[in-house]
Formats: sequence, C-alpha cells, structure tokens
Amino acid sequence: MKLFKHHNNVLPGFGITLGFTIFYLSVIVLIPLSALVFRTTGLTWSEFVSTVTAPRVLASYKVTFGSAMIAAVINSIFGVLVAWVLVRYRFPGRRIVDALVDLPFALPTAVAGITLATIYSPNGWVGRFLEPHGIKVAFTPLGIVLAMTFIGLPFVVRTVQPVIEEIEVELEEAASCLGANRWQTLQRVVFPVLLPSILTGFALSFARAVGEYGSIIFIAGNMPMISEITPLLIITKLEQFDYKGATAIACVMLLTSFLMLLVINLLQKWSRRYAD
Amino acid sequence: MSAQTNIYPAKNSTGRAQTEPAAVRWLLISIALVFLALFLLLPLAAVFSQAFEKGLSVYLDALKEPDTLSSIKLTLITAAVTVPLNLFFGVTAAWAIAKFTFPGKNLLITLIDLPFSVSPVISGLIYVLIFGLQGWIGPWLQDHDIRIVFAVPGIILATIFVTFPFVARELIPLMEAQGKEEEEAALVLGATGLQTFLRVTLPNIKWGIIYGVILCNARAMGEFGAVSVVSGHIRGMTNTVPLHVEILYNEYNYTAAFAVASLLAFLALITLMVKTIAEWKVRQQLENN
Repeated sequence: MKLFKHHNNVLPGFGITLGFTIFYLSVIVLIPLSALVFRTTGLTWSEFVSTVTAPRVLASYKVTFGSAMIAAVINSIFGVLVAWVLVRYRFPGRRIVDALVDLPFALPTAVAGITLATIYSPNGWVGRFLEPHGIKVAFTPLGIVLAMTFIGLPFVVRTVQPVIEEIEVELEEAASCLGANRWQTLQRVVFPVLLPSILTGFALSFARAVGEYGSIIFIAGNMPMISEITPLLIITKLEQFDYKGATAIACVMLLTSFLMLLVINLLQKWSRRYAD
Repeated sequence: MSAQTNIYPAKNSTGRAQTEPAAVRWLLISIALVFLALFLLLPLAAVFSQAFEKGLSVYLDALKEPDTLSSIKLTLITAAVTVPLNLFFGVTAAWAIAKFTFPGKNLLITLIDLPFSVSPVISGLIYVLIFGLQGWIGPWLQDHDIRIVFAVPGIILATIFVTFPFVARELIPLMEAQGKEEEEAALVLGATGLQTFLRVTLPNIKWGIIYGVILCNARAMGEFGAVSVVSGHIRGMTNTVPLHVEILYNEYNYTAAFAVASLLAFLALITLMVKTIAEWKVRQQLENN
C-alpha cells in the first residue's frame, strides 16, 4: 500500500494498531450513528419536516438552545474570571479551588440534578431566600439555565486557563512602557489573545448544554411548550413507541452537534494560529 | 510553579503595570470564590447533608437495601467491562496516531472525539434503533431469544460509547509530545516490539493512562442519559446506581436517594483527587523530558 508508506520509521505495529482502531471505532461509534441517519431516510421528506417542526418540538428547541445560550454567556464571563484569578493571583486554597473546578465533569449528572433541584426548591438552602422575592428557580426555565451553567463551567475555565498561563508578560510590559494604563493593556493586549479561547470555551459549553439530559430533568419541571428540553422529548417519543418521531428529532440534534463540532474545530485552529 | 501562598500577585507579574491594584484583585478573587462556592461547593455539601439528615443508621439501611446492592453490582460490572475495553482501544489508537504519520489522521482524531459531542440520549437511542424490536436486527435477536437493549448488554454498549474517547484523547497528545526517539533507541539496541512497549513506552505514559482511566471510570459509573434510554428500568435487574437514584427520588424517598447519590459524589471526589495528582505527574514528566 503506497498510500500508507512511512519512510524511516522502524517502530512496529502500525498496521495492526490502526486496523484495530478503525474496527473498534466503526463497531462502537460509526455504524450505530449511521443507523440513526439511515433510519431517518426511511421517513418521507414531508413526514420528517412535519415531525421536526411540530409546535411542541419547536418550543423544545427554543427552550434548549435559548437556555444553553444564556448558560454559555454566564459561563464565559465567570469562567474567564475564575481562570484569571487562578492563574494570576495567589491565595490560600488556590490548588483546591483549581481541582474543584472539574467537579461538574466528575459528579454524575443525576446527582447534580437532584441536588440542584433540592437546593433551589422553595424550601431548599438557596430557594428559601429567593422565594420571598418572587424568584422561582426549580421547576421553571430558570432551573434549566442553572443546571446548564453548572455542567458547562469547567469547559470555559479549562480552555482559557492554559492560554492565560502562556501569555508572555513582556507583551504587557511593553504596553505599559508605551504608556498604556492597566485597563488599556487588558483591553487591547490581553483580551485579543484570549478571545479565540473564550469563544472555544463558549462553544464547548453551549454544545454540552444542548445535549444535556440528566442534570436538567429533575429541576426543569418538564412542562410541554414551557420547560421541556429536546433530549427529553426524544425519550418521551421513544416511550410512546414513536420511533419515527424520536429518530427524526434525534437526527436534527445530531446534525446540530456536527455543526457545533465544526465550529469548535475552526475556533481551535484559529486560537492555535495565535500560539505559533 | 512555586508553592508560594499569601503573596500577591503571582511571581511573574510583579510590576505595577503588569497587575491590577490590590483592591481590584481582592474583589475579583472574592467574586470568583463566591461564584464557585455557590455553584460547586454548595451542591456537594447538600448531597452529604441530605444523605445524613436522618442519621447514620438510616443512611446505612438505605445502602443495604437489596435493590441498591444490585444496582451497585450492575454498575461495577458495567465499569469492569467498559474501562478495560476502552483502555485497550485508547493505547492502541494512541500508538497508531502518535507514533506514525498517515493521511486522514486529523479526521480519525475528530471521529474518536465524536461521542463527546453527541447528546447522551442519542447515544442510547442509536442502540435501540439497531437492537430494539423495531430495530435492524431486533427481530432476529427476538427469534433467537437474545436480549441486548433493555438488558445488561445494552447498558454496557451505551456506556462504552459515551466513555469511548477518554483514554485515547489523553494519550494521543502525550505520546506525540514524547516523540519516538526512546522507542527507536530500544529497537536499535535489539529489543522486540513488545519489550519496547512494555519497558519504554508504558512507563512514560503510566500517569496519562491513570488519568484517562479514572475519568473513563467516573463517567462509566455515573452515566445517566444514555443508560436510561437502553435500560428498561427493571428494578433489581437493569438499574445502575444513577438510575436507582432517580427511582428513589421520584418515589419521594429523598433520604435514600441522597444516600445512594452520596456514593457517587464520593466517587467524584476521589476522581478529582487522582486526576489532580495524575495531571501534576504528567506535567512533571513532560518537563523532565
């Protein structure tokens, strides 16, 4: 095979390891995912369109994508702040805080879900202080934003943090020598360097929030048209043995994920351009 | 990075122009810490507080319940099958990708990462579409009395899917950064391929493997959405620990739900600890090279 000829490489095992990689990838990921696409092609175009644009489905997109967008904005702001504080300042307990940032990755979503629902319910730890002010979090769309913010936070912090670590202090020194005050330096020197990573973190956090299920369903209230997320709608259809409906909606979500993946890859390429 | 505490600001930005005024620093640190306390620490504390609300004996009784024990058993079985398979795949894929050049490499890396960008619900659904009664080979399986979905094999398959990239995506950049000079030297000195891998490569990627495995394991034991779709929710049969938490919670049995959840929260804390150590070791190793 001329295509795979690698000159000057004495290391063994290329064929077998690559072969197994492609085999396992196909069996576990590619074939099952293509099953979803093929099953969707079993629907006629009008069937597909009427399923994925039914009012209840459209409402679920609005709830899912809208909440994910708000959560990603919150995460971008606080994520950058947390990353900045962790890299640039020294304070007692910094390492523990740093490790704790990954908690939403490590804590199973169901546990996060029941815990957030309990804390923010009207008589919960936080909910009881919000209730008198008329702020209801649990069992409302606000709860969805909260859960999505929780699970998305590490993405922004962990994307921006290494970039802040790599910033050359000389740049900031040069800016101040040239007469910039600290705010101008941050705004015109530091921020442009961070921007690609902030956008990447934003997109990662958004993508994760859109697909999220476990941590949301406990706190959302799950009212059709108001607080029903798209992944839940897929499960509801499946439980009603509406396989066609579930497949069609899942296909829309899958295409959205691929689109997000493409955007994220482009953003990462862009941020690497700054690094070189 | 040096382990200095209480010294503001960090070592590499001492000049006035390179950092913010003390008041601003304090303010930013406070906002960040309050945000994290509210969003991360509070939920963590709430899990344990709710679990022990009615005392230790109620807590232990909830854990000793037969359905809880069988869910723990199923979760352990699932992880015991999933983690070794994905570990083997991760090492194999990283060897092929990091040590060789071939066309389509970047595409392959993107495809390996794919399960991370798919909603957990879809990760379960795809197996229902293949193995379910209305699925591709569902009817054939039914005739031969083989159950995949709504049974343990389906749970394991969905878990393998969602934890698929963990080991590979940790090892690929690590092995790329380490290059292949050491392996080449070993081979030139007469070692076999297997000896080279076991004595040269493996010690170099040990902490990377531990890092990938601990994250893979945490997700395998904690996965909810994907497993929920394929499990069929048969109590004592196809319920993993996270699914059991859901059932207890929906039955308004909050103390028991949080008692079982506290096991998973404890697992999360151990995961974070091992992850932090492994991360530090990997960094150290890369700096030494």
